[in-house]
Amino acid sequence: MPTRAHLIGGLMFLVAAAAAPVLPDWIASLVTIALANALVVLGLIVLWRAGLVSFGQALYYCIGAYTVALLARWTGFTDAVGLVLLGGIGAGIVAALVGALLARYREIFFAMLSLALSMILYGVLVKTESLGSTDGFTVATPTFFGYPLHGQTLGLFLYWLTLVVDAIAAVLVSAYFRCVVGALAAPIRDNEIRVEFLGVSVSGIIHAKVVIAGVLGGLGGALAALSIGHVDPNMAYWTTSGSFVFVTILAGAGSVAAAFIGSLVFEAVRSIAFDVMPSLWQMTLGSVLLLTILFLPEGLGSLAGRLHLRSGQK
Amino acid sequence: MLLTLFAILTDGLVYAAYLFIVAIGLTLIFGVMKILNVTHGSFYAFGAYAAATAVGIYANSDLPAALGFLFMVGLAMAVGMVMGLVLERGILRLVYGRDEVIVVLVTYAVFLILEDVIVLIWGPRSYAAYQPMVAAGNTEIGDLVLSNYDLILVAIAGGLAAITYWALKFTRYGRLLATVIFDRETAAAFGINVTLVYTVTFIIGAVLGAAAGAIMAPKIAITLGIGVEVIVLAFAVVAIGGMGSIEGALIGALIVGICRAAAVHLFPQIELFVIYGVMALVLIVRPYGLFVRAQPRKI
Repeated sequence: MPTRAHLIGGLMFLVAAAAAPVLPDWIASLVTIALANALVVLGLIVLWRAGLVSFGQALYYCIGAYTVALLARWTGFTDAVGLVLLGGIGAGIVAALVGALLARYREIFFAMLSLALSMILYGVLVKTESLGSTDGFTVATPTFFGYPLHGQTLGLFLYWLTLVVDAIAAVLVSAYFRCVVGALAAPIRDNEIRVEFLGVSVSGIIHAKVVIAGVLGGLGGALAALSIGHVDPNMAYWTTSGSFVFVTILAGAGSVAAAFIGSLVFEAVRSIAFDVMPSLWQMTLGSVLLLTILFLPEGLGSLAGRLHLRSGQK
Repeated sequence: MLLTLFAILTDGLVYAAYLFIVAIGLTLIFGVMKILNVTHGSFYAFGAYAAATAVGIYANSDLPAALGFLFMVGLAMAVGMVMGLVLERGILRLVYGRDEVIVVLVTYAVFLILEDVIVLIWGPRSYAAYQPMVAAGNTEIGDLVLSNYDLILVAIAGGLAAITYWALKFTRYGRLLATVIFDRETAAAFGINVTLVYTVTFIIGAVLGAAAGAIMAPKIAITLGIGVEVIVLAFAVVAIGGMGSIEGALIGALIVGICRAAAVHLFPQIELFVIYGVMALVLIVRPYGLFVRAQPRKI
């Protein structure tokens, strides 16, 4: 059932897709990365709706990225679409395994255990000399359906691929939010025991959410790996997870669109801050995060809602 | 073989002492205020930088070396006190009552800001404050050479554990704290000034964090990013022991310390992730850490 949100989303998608060829290179690649990271943020929003925050989402991001890089390196399989799908599946399998464990935890403990798991991966990657240790390694140039692409055209196709994956993810996740299991997220956040009295397995739902978030994280990592052309263990480091959580707070969990807007704003703020005050960009990020929490508790996404409400009252 | 075993034990003990000193402030603040304080890493870093400055000043004077150590730690503690006070009264006060995770993110935001404040104050170069360690000298036991500074470190950790145990069990403030930890609202209803307890606890935690930085300063290269490393390590220790438990932090530090030392001596390639591996294992068996009181389920 198409809604107004679908219509606006579809329009934005077409505009973004059509704009690609005329965008300057650096903006296009910035948007590609932002949109790839938006998938990870979307996963965090799925979790956050049930009151869970993962400080280790970089685990799936990194697994998605390394799956792509290693497949291309070991098997010579370089099809971009196939690689991205496999990256998502790889992260999904890992999420299914660790999710069995994570589903028993809540609040800060959920966050901490996710953090520990991602740091284990970081530790393993740093110590693996054959994978370039801390330097990581270069990802082979991807092909599209057998056609090798280079330079600008490659960037353009990766941009489109990211956009398509984002659009599919957005539609599926918003459908998930509206179905019964998805709608139970807020009750789980408010009072888990009462949800169980309804005859629903809360840990089962949370396990599913971890897997959804994991697949999204893996897809994001896979797309980022292809578009950056390089993977390194820092993709699993806790500060990477931290920046995803940061974007989630900035965006707010109000809607699916928030993930994309938040991620674009974040990349923009980061690159501007990096450009204008290279030595103070962490301070800028920290201040933005602090101000968002203090004055915009529901995130940027709530701004639209507030304006809407205000015009409605008149 | 025996030598390796002995080396593992001594290295593990020294490392455990370090971890305990770093983790105790973090677990204290969590226990009382239920805040997972990411800024603890900044307190540590500021403590270390302040110590480097203090050593720099002190090295130019002709006073005895032992006093230099006290001056170094004292300056760092003063810095920690001011930071703790400003942070608790200025920022954290505004977010009490919000989601635990939101408060974590507030401390994360402050941590990011403070990382750049370090660059503004001390610049991007790295510092060394090895003088106290050199002044302390070495002790030789058979083939094994131990730095006296490491022994001092173990003594400090032991002393700290004893003092906190005594302060929590036998002083008036400690008893008040216990009631606040047990149930904040009931404590407030009985006339305990919870706001004041929070401020004092946070300042004590901050001072402990800064002191940890100062005590460790002679052993490390004081450079950007030391706060980041420390914070994850301290989290791991505290999570293993049970968040908010002092004896938990002690046991957690010992477990991690010995495991890491064993890994360094026997399987150097797994050194980095042994800590998190241990943490994940403990959490699988005891989801909320080793020393933690069961929480009642609220319906």
